[in-house]
Amino acid sequence: MRYAETGYYLEVDLSTGNVERVESDPKWTELYMGGLGTNAKILWDRVPPEIEAFSPDNLLIFSAGLLGGTLAPGANRAIVSTISPQTGLMAYSMMGGFFAPELKYAGYDKVIIRGKSPDLVYLWINNDKVEIRDASHLKGKGAVETQELIKQELNEPKAHVAAIGLAGENKVWYASIEQGRSSCSRAGVGAVMGDKGLKAIAVRGTKDVNVAQPAEFIKECNGIMDYIKYRADNPIKNVEPIFQNLGSPQEMLLHDEKWHTTGFMWGNARARRKDFWTEEVEEQWTSVQESVRKRLISCYNCPMKCGGLISVPGSPNYMMKCYSKLTYTMAAYSDLAFGFKIAQMATEYGVDGFSCPQTMAFALELLEAGILTEADFPGMPSDTEGRFYWLLDRIVRREGIGDILANGTYWAAQAIGKGAEEYAHNNIKKHEQLPLKLGMLNPVYFLMYCTGEKINITQIEGQFPQEPFPTIESREEFIRDWIQVPDEKFKKYFLDWNARGENSNPQYPTPEIAAELVDWMERMHYIDDALGVCAGLSSFPLKPPYHIHNYPRFFSAGTGIEMDEDTLTQAARRNRTLIRAINVRRGMTRADEKPPEDHWRKRFPELEKALLDVYYKFRGWDERGIPTKEYLQEMDLGFVAEDLEKRGILKDE
Amino acid sequence: MSKVKKIIKTITVDIEKCNGCRACEAVCSAFHAEPKYSTINPERSRIRMMRHPLKDIFIPVYAGEYTPAECMGRDKYIIDGREYDECGFCRAACPSRTLFHEPDSGLPLKCDMCEDDPPQEKPLCVQWCINDALIYEEREEEVEEEVQIDDVEVGIKSLADKHGIDKVVETLTRMSQKS
Repeated sequence: MRYAETGYYLEVDLSTGNVERVESDPKWTELYMGGLGTNAKILWDRVPPEIEAFSPDNLLIFSAGLLGGTLAPGANRAIVSTISPQTGLMAYSMMGGFFAPELKYAGYDKVIIRGKSPDLVYLWINNDKVEIRDASHLKGKGAVETQELIKQELNEPKAHVAAIGLAGENKVWYASIEQGRSSCSRAGVGAVMGDKGLKAIAVRGTKDVNVAQPAEFIKECNGIMDYIKYRADNPIKNVEPIFQNLGSPQEMLLHDEKWHTTGFMWGNARARRKDFWTEEVEEQWTSVQESVRKRLISCYNCPMKCGGLISVPGSPNYMMKCYSKLTYTMAAYSDLAFGFKIAQMATEYGVDGFSCPQTMAFALELLEAGILTEADFPGMPSDTEGRFYWLLDRIVRREGIGDILANGTYWAAQAIGKGAEEYAHNNIKKHEQLPLKLGMLNPVYFLMYCTGEKINITQIEGQFPQEPFPTIESREEFIRDWIQVPDEKFKKYFLDWNARGENSNPQYPTPEIAAELVDWMERMHYIDDALGVCAGLSSFPLKPPYHIHNYPRFFSAGTGIEMDEDTLTQAARRNRTLIRAINVRRGMTRADEKPPEDHWRKRFPELEKALLDVYYKFRGWDERGIPTKEYLQEMDLGFVAEDLEKRGILKDE
Repeated sequence: MSKVKKIIKTITVDIEKCNGCRACEAVCSAFHAEPKYSTINPERSRIRMMRHPLKDIFIPVYAGEYTPAECMGRDKYIIDGREYDECGFCRAACPSRTLFHEPDSGLPLKCDMCEDDPPQEKPLCVQWCINDALIYEEREEEVEEEVQIDDVEVGIKSLADKHGIDKVVETLTRMSQKS
């Protein structure tokens, strides 16, 4: 018997209509844990670099995490992995909600989709019964609407459905997959789903998930619940409201948007508005949010309330999480009422809340600069908000200029030329980033931005405060109950870190310390993403309930496989290295590892070179950012070294 | 029948505080697993959410008595502008639906307030609902003594309703001879 995991993958070939239930290799659980880790192993083995995003041989993998569907609070993440049409690299987008646990209860750890269906279909997984069903009547339907229609036609109100909207059907390179209150938004996973002719996956499961050592496991789960209660009563002091609590940033709860609206950039990641947040704005925005937000909601088996049920008069209800209420608002220089209204359409169309608004603002900048002209925008209204609705419609239908914009700012700029490239200024590895522009380089963030395989800072950062605390007393108070540190030395690094003068950015944390800090943060994200635990209870917020000291006990009690801090750390590093190898094999180089040129005003080329050199070395990679043969062998990834040698990427010296 | 003093256990459900997470279902199924906490499967839970997020419907319902026959309850209620099926509120393990039946055997499920030895401070669903949508209270009442039928009897009764008592007796006899 397998514990925590079901031990089965569902293999679906949409070209032939073949469906198979395949037993997975238990050895993989020790090596790669599950979720993201085993997804990466499958992509490495089965999707060589010659296979492009829209090849029928590209795989689209929906995976639960190893602890998904167990009693571990917040173990509800679905990890969707494929090759991204936008970056050409591995895409691993993730979502919370209810899909992954339901998949486990249906008896599967993963659904692995290959091939392409000639007609639009959806997949219906009902325990052992799996059907590929016609979806021609769902063509063009919204992603939220589709979920409801499928549940109705199956007469299964308890099914959970992941669906694409028009953007996915039309292969917009930043199309999302929507499910309940959650979505996989980044890197164009929805476009791959659309390319495969797959409108949705519906799942319903009524089977057991087993754990190996029930008494130990429940003890750990109760510990998490107790700590969540403790943190609710003890918010972190000396930080902005957004950093004080657990969960995703509490955007559906909080009204105070001073930090975002005055610190983040408006338009196409362009302008800061330091004086924007006034009492009048606060009053107006508070009343808008209170009037449209019907309830604070959560994902499966999690007491947090990071999402909101939103009801805008005149529009169908939808669910929102986190920051998308501001991305459209700020890209259009508009207000919160507009943000909530357009986000409803964007959710139905199924587009990424970072890439899409930035691309629309980018188009309007090009118009203003004369690089694009009125002729490129026939019939576009004159007011900014009307323009955003108009552009959104063109993009998801790939009509006219929308066809170019549907590939994101990098590729649109390449297609448009005439200096448009300069306006695609907020990308890393061709992918739109948070709209943030800062002064002094932060060495830890520099490394995370440059080297993170997720290409998305919010999925890399966490744990270690973003800024030094002002006084020694406040730092000492912070470290007093900092049980999450992997090693006591991290407390000293924090104590020594000053806002200015000696031991301040960019020289401190030193490259050596910065590498250790990045390693800690990455390690926690890689464990979360393999176990399927939400970063909001683990790697993302300060002082989370899950950490390197209790995770091994969850692993061991859940699976019955002995795991300690060292072996768990080793497994996380193995997964990190394997994904790096996938991307290196797909042509990613050191030259790609840089932040947007204007991310920091003050840059330090020599220091930045030292940071990368030291970090690569720390990781066991050579100066090109490629894992060395020796390190790969140490990581039980000898097969990766062999392949990289065969391809001439690694030279046998 | 004589009057006896009895501890009445109640759970107050405040649906405005529910975040829809279904931790109540999850922990209930784990607590009632054999051995305790060894499996999790919301379908075995004795509390289920009547849940329609887009309509803002989040109502936990507890499993009540087994009933051999379905009722006429197909009415609708509109409360605060939200439309509910009457059937959804019902606690019965009834033949018209799979709710509150074991998924494999079809045997009926019933909330037992997590009776345990030593006793739990509160039912597990209440312990795990830290948003306080479920509030547990005990009070003492004088009630008429009644004979409680045990779980095995309820289970056999439901099998008899489904397959006929003769078939059940025949099967039980055969099984007891084998063992």
